[in-house]
Amino acid sequence: MSFEDWYRADRLPHIFCAGCGNGTIINCTLAAVEQMNWKREETVFVSGIGCSSRAPGYILTDSLHTTHGRAIAFATGVKMANPDLHVVVFTGDGDLAAIGGNHFIHGCRRNIDLTVVCMNNQIYGMTGGQGSPTTPKGALSTTTPYGCAETPFDLCDLAIAAGANYVSRWTSYHVKELEKAVKVGLETPGFSFIEALVQCPTAFGRRNKFRQVADHIEFLKTHSLLRAKRDRLLEKGEPVPEDMFVVGELMRRNRPAIGVKP
Amino acid sequence: MTRTEFWQGNTACAEGALAAGCNFFGGYPITPSTEVAEHMAAKLPKKGGVFIQMEDEIASMASIIGASWTGARAMTATSGPGFSLMMENIGFAIMTETPCVVVNIQRGGPSTGQPTMSAQGDMMQARFGSHGDIAIIALSPATVQEMYELTAKAFNLADKYRVPVFVMSDETIGHMREKVIIPDKVERVERKPFVAGSPPFRATDPDLIPGFPLFGTGQHVHVTGLTHDERGYPCATNPGLHMALVKRLVDKIENARDEMADYEVINPDAEQVFVAYGAPVRTVLQVMHDRKDPNIGFLRIRTVWPFPEKALAKFKNAKRFLLPEMNLGQIAREIERHTCVPVKCIPKLGGELHTPSELVAALEAQP
Amino acid sequence: MRKEVRFSGFGGQGIILSAVILGRAAVMYDNKFAVQTQVYGPEARGGASMSQVVIDDDQILYPKVSVPDIYVIMSQEGFEKYGATAQESAVMLVDTTLVHSRPKCRCIEIPATREAKQTLKRDIVANIVMLGALVAATHVVSEESLKKAILDSVPKGTEDLNIKAMQLGLELGKQP
Repeated sequence: MSFEDWYRADRLPHIFCAGCGNGTIINCTLAAVEQMNWKREETVFVSGIGCSSRAPGYILTDSLHTTHGRAIAFATGVKMANPDLHVVVFTGDGDLAAIGGNHFIHGCRRNIDLTVVCMNNQIYGMTGGQGSPTTPKGALSTTTPYGCAETPFDLCDLAIAAGANYVSRWTSYHVKELEKAVKVGLETPGFSFIEALVQCPTAFGRRNKFRQVADHIEFLKTHSLLRAKRDRLLEKGEPVPEDMFVVGELMRRNRPAIGVKP
Repeated sequence: MTRTEFWQGNTACAEGALAAGCNFFGGYPITPSTEVAEHMAAKLPKKGGVFIQMEDEIASMASIIGASWTGARAMTATSGPGFSLMMENIGFAIMTETPCVVVNIQRGGPSTGQPTMSAQGDMMQARFGSHGDIAIIALSPATVQEMYELTAKAFNLADKYRVPVFVMSDETIGHMREKVIIPDKVERVERKPFVAGSPPFRATDPDLIPGFPLFGTGQHVHVTGLTHDERGYPCATNPGLHMALVKRLVDKIENARDEMADYEVINPDAEQVFVAYGAPVRTVLQVMHDRKDPNIGFLRIRTVWPFPEKALAKFKNAKRFLLPEMNLGQIAREIERHTCVPVKCIPKLGGELHTPSELVAALEAQP
Repeated sequence: MRKEVRFSGFGGQGIILSAVILGRAAVMYDNKFAVQTQVYGPEARGGASMSQVVIDDDQILYPKVSVPDIYVIMSQEGFEKYGATAQESAVMLVDTTLVHSRPKCRCIEIPATREAKQTLKRDIVANIVMLGALVAATHVVSEESLKKAILDSVPKGTEDLNIKAMQLGLELGKQP
């Protein structure tokens, strides 16, 4: 079976814009799932509301497309009631960190055996480009027309602090690394959180000087700082560039988990 | 062999759920419902079920819906403030036809109001609280015995009609202890089986209820709160499809109104007729007992939603319906919709049950 | 015959447990009907605690106590808040260690807390002493049923202590 066999062919065409990064993340996730040899009937995809949350609708498994921000809470019910099921959550930055922030931190705290893949486009795409909790300082959106004045969340730091067993961050440029990271997340008992920064040409890029999709991907490539490099900078006491974000595996541990298949 | 217990209403609620095979409870502590959660926390793990304390009532409601899709008989219990938070995902359960049971031990509102005092102020919220056009089922127990029986029954109704079923109790019944006779076993109605390969949300039977495709059985069902076609696929801009879906979701409940009706008629020839549900039933029964007057009738309602309006017509000589409610007349207004007979609301707020003398005074007062 | 019993004291004395035990004795062992209710405040300890029991041979319709026939009062604040208005036909058992007021109705004085402390070395069982006295004085449930209901309700390992407390109460409550 190829990862393409996991798609619902009768649902195409999809709703994602040309140049959207979400498809890349879904592909990487399904490629990782495929490598796990999971059966379709024992795998459930759960999501909330937003562009990223449309993903389960295109995947040929049982899928639960729920209310805004609540995906992890629904997934908790599925997984606790039937731990034999593999449960993967697709979410976005607004869904996960704004309206769903409480469910996110409690999912991490419980360390429930879910894999949560967050497509972070740093904006509300589906509603037309409003600022989110991860919109960078100074970035333009329809609700931050003079530049975002608030400080964004670091979703991975949040997951680590709240207790997730596995945390990593990559981007839509780093497809191989992302696929591997998702696979490790799927293999790790407990809460696995994978953040994938993605381009959103329609809602974010065109307002923020990424005229071409490739410009934004180039930015993601050139502004990502490998964790090992960051650690070396810190060791040497050298400053970490403020305009860069850390990518790589940021946490792997074995805290007690719940909902793990017996 | 039955057995006798001296139980609190909330304990009887939890025990009724367990007797009905409830195997998943997701909840959040809130007075005056917490004893339901505490009892489930103690008992469910020993029976192989799952108890999980969620981070809030939004998550509690979400968790029981998720559990229900794996086949669990799932339940939560709360009171007004938590019920308000649950409204969002109650709508999701209605739209996705997910069986689940929500117990509301009502307290005084609005807002935080009177956490330890009794009320019936959420009756209309149960009916209309979630957005959009909806239909749900709500039961109101008047004794600890009924708390046991109606909670068990709620699971059967939820599974049969694929809808959230509310046990709309109140602090009075939830917190009182009284005698309960426990039967050997309670009746169990299962979900309609799913015919493999058919579109998961196609209803071919006259009851308008589709079979239930459990997660994990290879049906690859897509469940969404968006307006969806029979395959479960989002189809949110098709006016005809939305109309047909919402009509079916409402009609499957409203058409079964008579089948679900659960009420008792006492002195049908009477002119003065009390109508009550929940705790005020007890005061009416006391007045009926004390007065022994055939001209005082009583319609005692257990299934409040869908409202059993045909029951009103059983009182052919009725000159007045008297409605003692621990709110400002929520069901009184519903009755006005169904009858030309004058309706006198006997509202009581503050957290205490109507006394017999208050009802007698209302009875004797001129209209 | 409908009997209405009201218990009051301060939070932590076991006022609610007393009412539950009495109701349980009536329902489970005397084959009667009973309803137990209570007043809930936000405080878990201290304050005036109140709990009531209706006991009847027939099904209980109106579940609340309207005019108590019997009072068991274990604190001065409890007396002032829930006992002072007792009607003249009522019977009131007061814990004389903690209540200095007396009602207009017939009053049975039980030094429950003092006796629990001195005789049993544990004032925590004063409520059970009062229950024993209540049953001896009013026969609202049978002694045997009270004993069984106490054994059902108290923590494991404290059964002997509680039965001694009940017997002490039965003695103290015996009316000439």
